[in-house]
Amino acid sequence: MAAEGEPLLRVRGLEKAFGKVLAVNDVSFDLRPGDALGVIGPNGSGKSTLINLVTGFVKPTAGTVEFKGKDITGIAPHRAVGLGIARSFQMARPFYNLPVYKNVVIPVYSPRSRKHMGAEFGDRDEAAVHLLEDVGFERDSPVPYKKAGELPHGYLKRLELARCLALDPDLIILDELFSGMSMSEIAGILPLLEKLRAAGKTLLMVEHRLRELFRVVDSVLMLQFGRKVAAGTPQEVMAMPEVAEAYLGAEVKVDA
Amino acid sequence: MSSPGRATRRERIDRGIKVRSDEIFVLASARDLAWVLLPRALAVAALLLFPLLGARVGPYWQTVMINTMVIALLALSWDLLASVGLISLGQSLFFGLGGYVAGALDSFAGLGPLWSIPLATLLGAALATLVLYPLLRLRGVYFGLITFALPLLFMRLIETTGALGGTEGVSGLTPLPNRTVEIYLVTAAALLTAFAFRRLIATDYGLVFHAVRDNERSVMAAGFDVQRVKAQAVFLAALPAAFAGAFVTHRYQFVGMTAFAMEYSTLPLTAAVVGGPGSFLGPVVGSFILVPLSEAMREFGSLRVVLYSLMLLVFTVGLPEGIFRFVARKYGQFERRVAIEEAPDGR
Amino acid sequence: MGGLLASTLVYGLVNSVVLLLTSLGFSLTFGLSGVANFAHGGLYLLSGFLCWLLMHRVGLPFPLAAAATVLLVGLLGAAIYRTVLMSVRGIVLSEVISTFAVGVAIVEFFRWKGFTTYDFTLPALVDGSVDILGVTVDWQRLLIVALGLALTGLLWLFTHRTMVGLALRGMSQDEYTALSVGIESDWAATLSLGLGSALAAVAGIALLPLGIISINIGYDVLLIALAVTVLGGLESTTGLILGSLIVGFAMVITGNYVGPRWSEVVYLAAIVIVLAVKPSGLLGKSKELEDRV
Repeated sequence: MAAEGEPLLRVRGLEKAFGKVLAVNDVSFDLRPGDALGVIGPNGSGKSTLINLVTGFVKPTAGTVEFKGKDITGIAPHRAVGLGIARSFQMARPFYNLPVYKNVVIPVYSPRSRKHMGAEFGDRDEAAVHLLEDVGFERDSPVPYKKAGELPHGYLKRLELARCLALDPDLIILDELFSGMSMSEIAGILPLLEKLRAAGKTLLMVEHRLRELFRVVDSVLMLQFGRKVAAGTPQEVMAMPEVAEAYLGAEVKVDA
Repeated sequence: MSSPGRATRRERIDRGIKVRSDEIFVLASARDLAWVLLPRALAVAALLLFPLLGARVGPYWQTVMINTMVIALLALSWDLLASVGLISLGQSLFFGLGGYVAGALDSFAGLGPLWSIPLATLLGAALATLVLYPLLRLRGVYFGLITFALPLLFMRLIETTGALGGTEGVSGLTPLPNRTVEIYLVTAAALLTAFAFRRLIATDYGLVFHAVRDNERSVMAAGFDVQRVKAQAVFLAALPAAFAGAFVTHRYQFVGMTAFAMEYSTLPLTAAVVGGPGSFLGPVVGSFILVPLSEAMREFGSLRVVLYSLMLLVFTVGLPEGIFRFVARKYGQFERRVAIEEAPDGR
Repeated sequence: MGGLLASTLVYGLVNSVVLLLTSLGFSLTFGLSGVANFAHGGLYLLSGFLCWLLMHRVGLPFPLAAAATVLLVGLLGAAIYRTVLMSVRGIVLSEVISTFAVGVAIVEFFRWKGFTTYDFTLPALVDGSVDILGVTVDWQRLLIVALGLALTGLLWLFTHRTMVGLALRGMSQDEYTALSVGIESDWAATLSLGLGSALAAVAGIALLPLGIISINIGYDVLLIALAVTVLGGLESTTGLILGSLIVGFAMVITGNYVGPRWSEVVYLAAIVIVLAVKPSGLLGKSKELEDRV
């Protein structure tokens, strides 16, 4: 474990070039254990690429990523998971042909969970159903036994979250969890995120829905054209004129 | 609007089986139990009793049975690869490796079938995994392409270098004791493989195979090394195929370049597709349809290859679920015609 | 002096263009519609026999028979798409298996028919030979070089300078966008299958006179096309030419210096090695890498 005050995640000068385009350009930030950081920015500003770089799905062209004091730049995705980083995807792509709860059994069965939780999980199917209930699937409903391909969008997002939690991660990275969820669905999720924070989990959330995001995170980082253009508390960042300007459109969308 | 006069539709009801999820079955009665279990028991019993008929069925049918089981082993292997999303156009790769390893063990080390067949099964599968490992990143077309090219490459290498007997092959190997032993050995192997694979794919370990096929990215995100999962699948799938190669090598007391022949790729592929991929029983059923047909047409030479290519085509396009699933579905259902009730709003 | 070197150079070049011509159809179809047409070799072989039949059984003069063959095989390719591929479109496994089945069916049909003797040869388009660098090269081979280069050039112009070609390329890069601007996916794929098959026919008619028609060439041609396409990466004419040059010279060099049989090992090894080491091909872009890996 990282020592007190040591950052859990340390990102320095991260860069990713796709051809001549710099999708992420010299981005640095720290996450201390228990922090919750929101990453905001217009579409195409490099938010998802940033997540892909940190979790090993994309290899950076420059810069370093450290996790628990260990250099994990360009690590294989499954190793990142093994160290305790779990992520969700913006485009939820479940295993469509498997029942919903079996979708969660996969991470419950993963090498990390088996090593980390051992017998604690007991029956894996049962553990999976419990995790689904944790993220807001109704108790004793038939929904977890349906094929994942039949799930409505809001449920898919929650399924993504359940798959992250199944890994018992130290750092949870959520890529636009709230997008496509209804207000009431988000309201159902917020207490869970609070609970995760209270349990000492570290959160990194990429989000377009700022109002809801600011109820979870305590600091914000804004990207534009792959560059870090602003960082601070939500209030500070939103007070910056360039941020307000860039975000006017999104704010309107949120309220609509 | 439905056609007036005959306002009936076909209704299908599952036979006495209540399905809550994919896994939980509730059987209502002993009759239903028999309905479900009898076909399986009969099939297994028939397979196990067949060799006892001995000479009464004649050498022709004994040969057909052995060939059917050999192709079934290769088709089962194909099906396990398909379960992890790897499409093989070259099952003869595994067959040939198993065959040559057995040939080498027997010819150069003088081990005899009792040792060489199990060793060749393991070593052949390990060798195949080693060869394919750097290529497991490839998906879809590209994996199919590589499996198509590899057996031909091995064939040409043996032909060109003259290694392992070159075009002459390795002959004079130790035979298996007798025909009955041959049939029992290969039948037991096929049954064991079919049941083991069915069991395997129903576990959480097998679940990961299906997950890799559906969506590699999410499996990575769940903390699995996808390449490793695939390598394990390749090894497991290669086992029955390498066994088949080793078995046939000792049966013919010979192994040559024909072990990598395309027929050992196309026939199992067709058997798996015709019988129905994904069930591990479909490929066996497919072999029972194709191999006797193929043997009966032996005098027509390549025409039979044309025929099963066409079957492959027709089933891929027309009945992708395959014969086995189709029949099993029908077997598990009542069908009756019921009158269509007019919906109140007239729709 | 320099006999072997000169021959390596000249025949390496000729062989490269032969491979280029062989692969053109396969690569075009793959690049434009994403369908790996495993029936390519079968269609190549079919063209040779069809042309022979039209000449000797129907009595058409060679140019007419050749033109009819190209047309018919092109139509057959389009028909394969409409009847077979359209219903399994998008399921890569089924696309591969069904075209593979068509190819095997064609090749094995001709094997069964026994079209393997010296009787079944196609006439060379031109006779005679010429000396280049002290190496004797027949006019047929030179004509093939010219044809291969001309066709490659024409194809480049077609895909980069004409509306239809640009539309097809757009389709292959982003199906959704192409759909939204009114390009119909099935139409585009039908055309690409038809064109690719017609090119296989051109290659068959031009190349088969170089030797007797052997059945296994149906499989060899497919493998060569795969090797060249895999090596060069998709969708880039430069890559295709580079792939042909590498495989072409590698075959001639190994054939001349190591032993004639080794040249057949070379292109098979090329497929395996390239896919193992650099799956995107020599000039491949990252998008292709994503598709392959």
